[in-house]
Amino acid sequence: MKWETVIGLEVHTQLTTQSKIFSGSSTAFGAAPNTQASAVDIALPGVLPVLNKGAIERAIKFGLAIGATVNRVNVFDRKNYFYPDLPKGYQISQLAKPIVEHGALAIQVDGVEKTIRLTRAHLEEDAGKSLHEDFHGMTGIDLNRAGTPLLEIVSEPDMRSAKEAVAYAKALHNLVTWIGICDGNMQEGSFRVDANVSVRPVGQQEFGTRREIKNLNSFRFLEQAIDYEVRWQIEQIEDGHAIQQATVLFDPDSGETRMMRSKEEAHDYRYFPDPDLLPVKLDEALIEEMRAELPELPQQKAARYQQDYGLSAYDAGLLTQSLAQANYFEATLDALGADVAGAKLAANWMSGELASALNKAELDFAQSPIAPASLADLLKRIADNTLSNKLAKEVFAAMWAGEGEADAVIEARGLKQMSDSGAIEKIVDDVLAANPKSVEEFRAGKDKAFNALVGQVMKASRGKANPAQVNDILKRKLAG
Amino acid sequence: MIDSSLKQLAAALAAKQISSTELAALFLDRIEALNPRLNAFITVDRERTLAEARQADARLAAGETGALLGVPVAHKDIFCADGWRTTCGSKMLGNFVAPYDATVIAKFKAAGTVSLGKTNMDEFAMGSSNETSFFGAVKNPWSDAAVPGGSSGGSAAAVAARLAPAATGTDTGGSIRQPASLCGISGLKPTYGVCSRYGMIAFASSLDQAGPMAPSAEDCALLLNAMAGFDERDSTSLPREPEDYSRDLDQPLAGLRIGLPKEFFAAGLSAEVAQAVEAAIAEYQKLGAQTVEVSLPNMGLSVPVYYVLAPAEASSNLSRFDGVRYGHRASDYKDLLDMYEKSRAEGFGAEVKRRIMIGTYVLSHGYYDAYYLQAQKIRRLIAADFAAAFKQCDVILGPTAPTPAFNFGEKAADPVAMYLSDIYTIAVNLAGLPGMSIPCGFSGNGRPIGLQLIGDLFAEAKLLNVAHQYQLVTDWHRRLPPLGEASGARR
Repeated sequence: MKWETVIGLEVHTQLTTQSKIFSGSSTAFGAAPNTQASAVDIALPGVLPVLNKGAIERAIKFGLAIGATVNRVNVFDRKNYFYPDLPKGYQISQLAKPIVEHGALAIQVDGVEKTIRLTRAHLEEDAGKSLHEDFHGMTGIDLNRAGTPLLEIVSEPDMRSAKEAVAYAKALHNLVTWIGICDGNMQEGSFRVDANVSVRPVGQQEFGTRREIKNLNSFRFLEQAIDYEVRWQIEQIEDGHAIQQATVLFDPDSGETRMMRSKEEAHDYRYFPDPDLLPVKLDEALIEEMRAELPELPQQKAARYQQDYGLSAYDAGLLTQSLAQANYFEATLDALGADVAGAKLAANWMSGELASALNKAELDFAQSPIAPASLADLLKRIADNTLSNKLAKEVFAAMWAGEGEADAVIEARGLKQMSDSGAIEKIVDDVLAANPKSVEEFRAGKDKAFNALVGQVMKASRGKANPAQVNDILKRKLAG
Repeated sequence: MIDSSLKQLAAALAAKQISSTELAALFLDRIEALNPRLNAFITVDRERTLAEARQADARLAAGETGALLGVPVAHKDIFCADGWRTTCGSKMLGNFVAPYDATVIAKFKAAGTVSLGKTNMDEFAMGSSNETSFFGAVKNPWSDAAVPGGSSGGSAAAVAARLAPAATGTDTGGSIRQPASLCGISGLKPTYGVCSRYGMIAFASSLDQAGPMAPSAEDCALLLNAMAGFDERDSTSLPREPEDYSRDLDQPLAGLRIGLPKEFFAAGLSAEVAQAVEAAIAEYQKLGAQTVEVSLPNMGLSVPVYYVLAPAEASSNLSRFDGVRYGHRASDYKDLLDMYEKSRAEGFGAEVKRRIMIGTYVLSHGYYDAYYLQAQKIRRLIAADFAAAFKQCDVILGPTAPTPAFNFGEKAADPVAMYLSDIYTIAVNLAGLPGMSIPCGFSGNGRPIGLQLIGDLFAEAKLLNVAHQYQLVTDWHRRLPPLGEASGARR
């Protein structure tokens, strides 16, 4: 039987507010345990929550960026359950009236575009952390994270493969960092993904029973976990076992998912509107203010790049993979002069040499040791034929290694392309004189011999001769 | 001196007739002598109180003035007060020393009052007789056999016995008004949102409200001036301009329209209480007020609605008492669940457990719509009843409680009978309105009877005016309980 995978994602994004969603404590990561936990965060008797407007503002921006409905009346609910790192015994969240509903996000997989629908995004507070190591049979509780604002973004089950899920997660990651509402740091837990995965026979309308993989903190784990889960579910069904709804965890060491709790063990969260927080009404002025603060979005930018610079959809997509990358591109163009040829050259170099060097060094475009203006200087020397593509790569490597700006490297290494036709002619004459056999073969109709002669000329010029000119001159001389 | 009004005390302090330290010592001595019998206080800390009094004296010496500067006040043990043990009447918080001040406490400190200690109360404010306190019941100063009412029974008894000139209370379903009625003092529950709830240990967040308890309405007005005000730390606190709640005390009552809800004068009201209230109505008519019959048709639903909503909120509010970070933790447990279960089983008393279970049940999946949501709808109807009534009258008048103080044990075994002792007060909380109880007579066996006045939203000054004018022509609020010592009419 042929199987179809169905995936929906729930993503918890930590918002970039300075202080927590319901208290004034700092949200900075990495402080000593419980040093960023106020009376409100540790839920002392009598304390009350006060909503941080910054969290609302960020959620509005997200809603606008995905073309969603931003609900004008927001209600905060209590989700009740006991856990040591949940100080109040309930989490303040939004159940019935989330701030954002019905949005969409476009993804590309293997050149094919697809739209993923977003069901909702709601504000809630993060829990603290339980620390099981270093306490010898006891558990330590760190409440620094408790109360950090989260926007939980829930998609429809619109993805049909792990690749699509990863593409969606990446597009979402790009968007939330692009509009500045989340720092996107997955190691620190700023962007955490839960994947709801089910399978069904191809052609079947109804969804299969889903299992939820919790807390995936890298795109690689997301892909591995879904791939494993899909194989496991298909095997189960083919072996005659029904899938039971469950929550599972992914173990990166074994590459497997394992059961955390079954549906029967699911909590009754006893949601009800938090009486400590009145419904929050959003006025149009605030929404318009947020709309005005939104930058040009990735898809808008990509469309403009195609329109203005004739870039392919693929290249435009690459350049808008992150705001840092797009900013780098635009700064390079500013320095280079923004014409179509320059844009294509910049796009090629950014997705080629620069991207692979950054990748190897695990840096992003904002951290590039070669500044946009410096790359532009290098590209200028390609455009004016000072450098061949091959020499340009050498100069790039030297620049990366910190040997200075393009012109300085060219000067120091004597890498200037030889375009003086007189000088090239002299080398060609010497080569022809020294290789009568090749000349003879060429005249006898062997095209290969021409290439050998070009190679000899390039070698004699130590790679600096302009290859186009070498071709022309050789052809002329051999014909003569 | 122990029988002086707050105004008189402040004047004596300002005139240097007595120092705040001397005044505090006077009441501390009285507490020491009488509290073993009344059990009105859970925590008394003489040194801490005298230190606060010395600070007040320093402010007085520096020429500072204030309506309450140097005046001692007792605080219900539901308010967190920095450095004071704050128990909420529960074993769960028996060892909890608050590291911060509730806003109400901070405001009293700013006004220069001196804390005489923390008063006894029903556990987590859940009770109408003070019998649910982990620290033992408070005795009604008028009779050792009688309950003081609840949950602010300690504050009511302390004021009635003049162990404190005034006290704070909180009122979720009648917890200021009913004990005020049973102990023969004045108590005001303000409009929801007038006093900050920050630092007041939550029972039912949408109903809880702090208020003053004192012998007279005039005293209550001065206390409310100190307590009230917007607080950015409480999202349900109302951003309103500060007002002087004493401003209308002396207004005459000629032309005042008093609404008498027919539902308040129906079955269940004791004859003695009915008689005292009728006499009070006659007194008001003499003062020039008119009466008009009004109706609150949904009032009969207020007790069941309350016992859905309040336990629902409480079940969630009390989840934080889990033994993890503070408060009682069982000494012996095998795992996390066992720790939760044992700590909470040991830390909470029977009434608190009952309400947590009711609340958990009504919020459960499949029951929420039938109970919680339905109760919220009826709550709106009850509020609409009051709004309609206030189109016909300026204040609503009736009994505070159906009977005078009952005896210990009389209702403790029957929760519903106990819940019905708040039948006239609960609707006021559900509607968020201000309500007041003032003394209006005594039963045949010498127990106080209270008169309830209910105002429209933000009508505190009006209520205080109506209460004060009555107190100018009656002396019920000046009577002192027979505590086996020299007593007499107040002032």
